[in-house]
Amino acid sequence: MRFKKLAIAVLVGIGLLAAFGTVMADNLTGNLEIFSWWAGDEGPALQALIDLYNAQHPGVNLINATVTGGSGVNAKAVLKTRMLGGNPPDSFQVHAGQELIGTWVKADRMEDLTSLFQQEGWMDVFPAGLIKLLSTDAGIWSVPVNIHRSNVMWYIPANLEKWGVTAPTTWANFLAIAPQLQAQGVLPLALAENWTVNHLWESVALSVLGPEKWQELWNGTLSFTSPEGVAVWNMFGKVLQYTNDDAASLSWQQATDMVVGGKAAFNVMGDWAAGYMSTTLGLTPGVDYAWSASPGTNGVFVMLSDSFGLPKGAPNSDNAIAWLQLLGSKAGSDAFNPLKGSISARTDSDLSLYNAYSQSAASDWQNDIVAGSLPHGVVANEGFMNDFATVMEMFLTSRDPQQAANACEAIARQNAIGE
Amino acid sequence: MHLTRDRIIAFSVLLPSLILIAVFVYGFIGQTVYISLTDWGKGAALAVHPQMHLIGFDNYKELFTSFLHGRFRQDLINAFFYTITLVLGSLTLGLFLAILLDREPRGEGIFRTIFLYPMSLSFVVTGTIWRWLLAPEGGVNVLPSFIGLPAGHFRWISSRDQILTFDWQSIPAITAIVVALVLVFLAIRAWRKGTRKRALIVGFPALLLILWAVFGQRLIPQMLPIPEKHGFNLATIGVSLAAIWQFSGYTMALYLAGLRGIPVALHEAARLDGANDIQYYMRVAFPILKPITLSAVIILAHISLKMFALIFAMAGADNAPTDHPAVLMYLTTFRGNKFALGASIAVILFLLVALFIIPYLVSSYREQRRRAS
Repeated sequence: MRFKKLAIAVLVGIGLLAAFGTVMADNLTGNLEIFSWWAGDEGPALQALIDLYNAQHPGVNLINATVTGGSGVNAKAVLKTRMLGGNPPDSFQVHAGQELIGTWVKADRMEDLTSLFQQEGWMDVFPAGLIKLLSTDAGIWSVPVNIHRSNVMWYIPANLEKWGVTAPTTWANFLAIAPQLQAQGVLPLALAENWTVNHLWESVALSVLGPEKWQELWNGTLSFTSPEGVAVWNMFGKVLQYTNDDAASLSWQQATDMVVGGKAAFNVMGDWAAGYMSTTLGLTPGVDYAWSASPGTNGVFVMLSDSFGLPKGAPNSDNAIAWLQLLGSKAGSDAFNPLKGSISARTDSDLSLYNAYSQSAASDWQNDIVAGSLPHGVVANEGFMNDFATVMEMFLTSRDPQQAANACEAIARQNAIGE
Repeated sequence: MHLTRDRIIAFSVLLPSLILIAVFVYGFIGQTVYISLTDWGKGAALAVHPQMHLIGFDNYKELFTSFLHGRFRQDLINAFFYTITLVLGSLTLGLFLAILLDREPRGEGIFRTIFLYPMSLSFVVTGTIWRWLLAPEGGVNVLPSFIGLPAGHFRWISSRDQILTFDWQSIPAITAIVVALVLVFLAIRAWRKGTRKRALIVGFPALLLILWAVFGQRLIPQMLPIPEKHGFNLATIGVSLAAIWQFSGYTMALYLAGLRGIPVALHEAARLDGANDIQYYMRVAFPILKPITLSAVIILAHISLKMFALIFAMAGADNAPTDHPAVLMYLTTFRGNKFALGASIAVILFLLVALFIIPYLVSSYREQRRRAS
């Protein structure tokens, strides 16, 4: 008798679940909280994704939790206190690479997304090198939304013609033309606050080391105190002579403004600068402004990627998986990236939607050697990145290459780089 | 001490806030101290159950002796200079404004409001406004050009120049000499008052300290393997300026209340005795204002240790020349994921604040008891 009751209950339960299951696949309900630092200039791109999601899943109440602040410094702090307090959002933005792996995967806070990648056929549409950055031996941990390039040098072609120079292809070349520019009262290279200095360092380091040795630096086979490691700081010190002394009080947009306004000749910045110049300043890429790979890095694509993951204990994980499916889809990717000024991580995206700069970046993405970015979380964990900012401040005051190289080696050991 | 009904009621009314303060203030201070003695932050710092081991005072040792933490040591020195400039600047400017208003100019009420208004702003607002005013190519720097002078070029919040530089290694010697000078001053005063025995008791250690500072340096071990230059960062002037702007109105209000509290009869008596204005303020008013100055110093000094928001809004996260231990604590903890090291910095800041607050509490407690008896 009792067994019969139980069996009926189980059967009814299964029936109900099946009924709900078919309904829920099309008609999700409840909340979805997504956490990012995309506000202001980057807000419209995120909004495009949110609109798409709302159209696909009208039953879900999407909560857009953004915390503003350059490259997410405040958002990451808020996220960490939420995770430590046991109150994770349903999905959050995180840079692909060590910022994801070193902080969240190592701490066992993320759900493995390998089955989602296989189910959606993403193993074939995302480049293998990118999937490797999102993975450990135990799984794949986040869905990439976009690709940005870090090693780009920006300039105004009309101005260069006026000053009688051409865009340098190596740093030695740059050091040769910089005095000519200074003689005409032009600042050779515009620089802004601390992280943009780290950004420039990365471009200089890559040109001195080349992509193979750059990689060796991060897997621990090449020491920062090796002759090549010290040479990076030497060259960096020389390049810094030709930058502005008020850099620390400028934002990256203000450094770009100096180039656009004709006060400075060049600026090394990620390709979000293209979005800023095209969308905010209304300039035409390729005509009003132009670009080249930062000196000595032609044929190398230093990449960074924003991605979203699924934290363990997310309160609405079904809704979050639907969100991740949208992010990885062709429709989602092509809605987001043209507005953000980045390129799609998918190899099959519709290039006609993108502007001249993005089309050139997309072709480089497919042909160049890909390297990971340091200040944007790909190659080193957050502990190293934080300490590197301090080493940079030390160098900006002392200008001592050997001391900076020693300090880098020390922080690499402390933060277990390459282990 | 009888357990009267009254006492029981009083105690039970106080109990909830006692418990809350015990947990949320002292409990968490205790937890921070505990974390600072562990190695939390190595490896997977954000795990649900992070590995933690007690490692004693290693974090503190690292902060004071590792060559990687030069930034922390410079931050301590910055904090010292922030305190000095904020306290001196606000006291002088506040006193000056208070004396002006004490003379009852027309529209005094309006001026009082104008001077006190900055205090009602949050640090973030002040920081943003002053960030614009002190921009390298704008605001204060272009002011001189309005009267035909060349525009200024000072990098208010990004200058990397230092003055008063010294080696970190010589801090014990500098401290010894400062303490010795204070002792010598006390000894001379005692000698003049005729208490020679006390003068000798105070003077002898002063002599020893000076001798040690001059000759005994080598007896203590080197704190750092290489010399490390520290000093007064000129970039901190910009931040101090904003802080002084915000708090001089507050000291003005304190002093004005003090000046208005002086009986008119006293002022007139001084006048009748032939004292001019300067003599009245120096000999009569300022001595009466002494307790106000003391409270103002305590309040300003501990505010100067809590300038996080002002510096973060004005100079940004990684502007080492204007850095402060509080900013470094935030970055170390929440960006670098080094929770234990961050906790150590927090504990050091806490001790610095206690250095100002505890003597103040003790003195005001004593005062209360004196008044009660």
